[in-house]
Amino acid sequence: MMHFLLLFSRQGKLRLQKWFLPLPERERKKIVKDMTTMVLARKPRTCNFLHWKDLKIVYKRYASLYFCCALENQDNELMALETLHRYVELLDKYFGNVCELDIIFNFEKAYFILDELLMGGEIQETSKLSIVKSIEASDMLQETMEEYMSKPAF
Amino acid sequence: MPAPIRLRELIRTIRTARTQAEEREMIQKECAAIRSSFREEDNTYRCRNVAKLLYMHMLGYPAHFGQLECLKLIASQKFTDKRIGYLGAMLLLDERQDVHLLMTNCIKNDLNHSTQYVQGLALCTLGCMGSSEMCRDLAGEVEKLLKTSNSYLRKKAALCAVHVIRKVPELMEMFLPATKNLLSEKNHGVLHTSVVLLTEMCERSPDMLSHFRKLVPQLVRILKNLIMSGYSPEHDVSGISDPFLQVRILRLLRILGKGDDDSSEAMNDILAQVATNTETSKNVGNAILYETVLTIMDIKSESGLRVLAINILGRFLLNNDKNIRYVALTSLLKTVQTDHNAVQRHRSTIVDCLKDLDVSIKRRAMELSFALVNGNNIRGMMKELLYFLDSCDPDFKADCASGIFLAAEKYAPSKRWHIDTIMRVLTTAGSYVRDDSVPNLIQLITNSVEMHAYTVQRLYKALLDDISQQPLVQVASWCIGEYGDLLVSGQCEEEEPIQVSEDEVLDVLEGLLVSNLSTPVTRGYSLTAIMKLSTRFSSLNRIKKVVSIYGSSIDVELQQRAVEYNALFKKYDHMRPALLERMPIMEKTATNGPSETVQTNGETDSTILDTKHLPSISQPASQANDLLDLLGGNDVVPIIQTTVPTKPASAGGELLDLLGDLSLTGGPTPTPASSVPMSQPPFLLDGLTSQPLFNDIAAVIPPMTAYNKNGLIIEFTFERSNPNPNIAVITIHATNSTEADMTEFVFQAAVPKTFQLQLLSPSSNVVPAFNQGSVTQVIRVLNPQKQQLRMRIKLTYTHKGSPVQDLAEVNNFPPQSWQ
Repeated sequence: MMHFLLLFSRQGKLRLQKWFLPLPERERKKIVKDMTTMVLARKPRTCNFLHWKDLKIVYKRYASLYFCCALENQDNELMALETLHRYVELLDKYFGNVCELDIIFNFEKAYFILDELLMGGEIQETSKLSIVKSIEASDMLQETMEEYMSKPAF
Repeated sequence: MPAPIRLRELIRTIRTARTQAEEREMIQKECAAIRSSFREEDNTYRCRNVAKLLYMHMLGYPAHFGQLECLKLIASQKFTDKRIGYLGAMLLLDERQDVHLLMTNCIKNDLNHSTQYVQGLALCTLGCMGSSEMCRDLAGEVEKLLKTSNSYLRKKAALCAVHVIRKVPELMEMFLPATKNLLSEKNHGVLHTSVVLLTEMCERSPDMLSHFRKLVPQLVRILKNLIMSGYSPEHDVSGISDPFLQVRILRLLRILGKGDDDSSEAMNDILAQVATNTETSKNVGNAILYETVLTIMDIKSESGLRVLAINILGRFLLNNDKNIRYVALTSLLKTVQTDHNAVQRHRSTIVDCLKDLDVSIKRRAMELSFALVNGNNIRGMMKELLYFLDSCDPDFKADCASGIFLAAEKYAPSKRWHIDTIMRVLTTAGSYVRDDSVPNLIQLITNSVEMHAYTVQRLYKALLDDISQQPLVQVASWCIGEYGDLLVSGQCEEEEPIQVSEDEVLDVLEGLLVSNLSTPVTRGYSLTAIMKLSTRFSSLNRIKKVVSIYGSSIDVELQQRAVEYNALFKKYDHMRPALLERMPIMEKTATNGPSETVQTNGETDSTILDTKHLPSISQPASQANDLLDLLGGNDVVPIIQTTVPTKPASAGGELLDLLGDLSLTGGPTPTPASSVPMSQPPFLLDGLTSQPLFNDIAAVIPPMTAYNKNGLIIEFTFERSNPNPNIAVITIHATNSTEADMTEFVFQAAVPKTFQLQLLSPSSNVVPAFNQGSVTQVIRVLNPQKQQLRMRIKLTYTHKGSPVQDLAEVNNFPPQSWQ
């Protein structure tokens, strides 16, 4: 099971945080700080795995964003890399050539997509097509209601 | 009140802030606006405000005042509100706050909503952050949804059930009926989440595990279809069909096959198929292979399959991709215990990984290398490991040094090699060596008796180079204190002996005392070493001066030592030789790790000490037989070790046989000895053993002269051993009044059958001429039957170039020594 998933920039600014375990706010902040320090300190051609406490940390850099997740001992790290890649592909499909700004300005959509891919720290859908369809349908639901109410979304 | 600004507008504004302070100001302003908007209970813009709040929360600002608003959004009828509301609940609420329980009813309603996406939201939120109370309340709803035909909901319900089980394990039974036909689904999402659910149940309950074992054929079939099926665009990743599902199935198979022969056999074929057919050019193929290898190693697979698995790992080690190499090293570490030989084949590749640039890989390779060291490859491996120790990061050095010491202790092919290796570690990584290694090393050095001269010489040379590494300095100063006489006499056999004078040695030791680099502990060591040299060197005045100076040292420990040593010079000078004599062989404390499985290669003397008495008899018995001829005794009974089993020292500590009747021929008549006050039993410095220190003065036993011939006088002084009144502790003092030294002096003793005797090692084997010094040695005699003590002694030494040997009997023991 994945314990958490973080996205942060090269300057250490947090862009997304998903927690699959109940942790107090103070501890979450500390973990975010530890992760950003550890991952940003890594040299360019080192492997994507780290050891932190009793968790395996898997991270991958996509352009200016670092995707970082924490796994338990029996989880497959190489597969986690595939999971992170799948998430990036979904974002790319949705936003069209996704970049960091897309995620900054549409963070809630990034969360919605993530919630279709992962739940409780496990993958819930392995078909890209299926996830994209679900997101589109949900968005439609949103717009339909707004149009009906003739009010702007938010 | 004007409409609150839109989310994107806020984000844009905040990003224009140039300083942290500016950003904080903007945020505070907006928060105030949001708070007043919340107070007005504005339904229209609640969604927008909470969204903005979530953004500010991500930047690190407090957002707790929005928690109730999230609940209101969830309760709303609009989908947009629900979406943001649930997101807010997942980000801002957690089970620690009682507020979250208010969600339960909303979630319950939404789980039964007509729109599947609303149901999906509810399931998602429950599955991510549902507390145990919420899970208990809503488990029934989840179970219902698990049985629905809607695959979108079914897959979410399955993962929600996983979360419920994690939070409230007792509810696991509830979901059992619903799992009946989960695996017959076509939809991959449902299949995947079902496998996760089954895995969770099997991990938590052995009953479930045995129940689900019957699913193995079905799982094998699904896996087979995935591999054999053609291209499926929906699930394809780099030419492999649904790798996520394949990996999860392999993991479930691992759990089901563990410890069960039938299941393991049923999966052998498919595992072999996956292992051989998977494309390895991309990461995803290697991920599947990795999972397969883990499964093969865990179940009861046939040996061919295991070899295949290890070979896959071996191939991984040669892969260019660092991640793959890292993963291979981690897996090999797990399997090295069970499949040691197979992993040994890849040793050279593993050792090459020590030179990798990546820190994580280096650490794994180091751990694996230590696991692979054995008696056969110790020399080669140690070369590599020492090279690694030289060049690795400081964080590794402590672990590497400890590992090297452990490996050297277990598999050292020779004493000299062992000492050389230790020296190498101390000189290269001396400051990183752990604190407990200093006493261990000292013990090791003491026990390698024939290497004393060599060791002290090398350590002395190392000290001349560098005194900054404390463990090295401590060990070196201890050795110099103990074996300084060997150093000065230039007696080294192993290598070219160096010429060093007593003053030079004292210079070095004094240098340690004053150096800024020395820690207080090190200073203690060197002061004690200097003191010990007072019985081994002749420059007493210099030593006395040093000791008296430190009597007023600021460091309390040093001061105490110096004051006590001073007292030793003044009032108790007669005790000094006995107190400061050579350390006996130390009993080995329990070594960590399996010392029974040690493969010692070419060890000249067995260093594995055991506390069993009998097995050590065989070696001394053969020596005893030699003495039999010489001493002419009959009814030889080999000595049984007494309290402390020690390895026989090569100089004068051989176990002797007990003799039957000692013929009472005229021995040397005991001359009344000059009143030598009772000597204390050897008090071992640094508190390494627990010998009684100053015993009851009231039990004074007068000393006696045991032997006096040809200028060699041997005196016995007595002490009762406090814990056991049946043991008499005799200290012999051998002095030489002739004009030439007596070298290679060996003292041996034998006692009648009813006694038991233990001879500790002598202070030295040179009795200096003109009574300049003496050789002392401790004898412990156990006399349980309180019979009259008699002893036969044998002396051998070299005097003026020719060997001398003599036998004598000692009968004039004072009655108090054996009553």
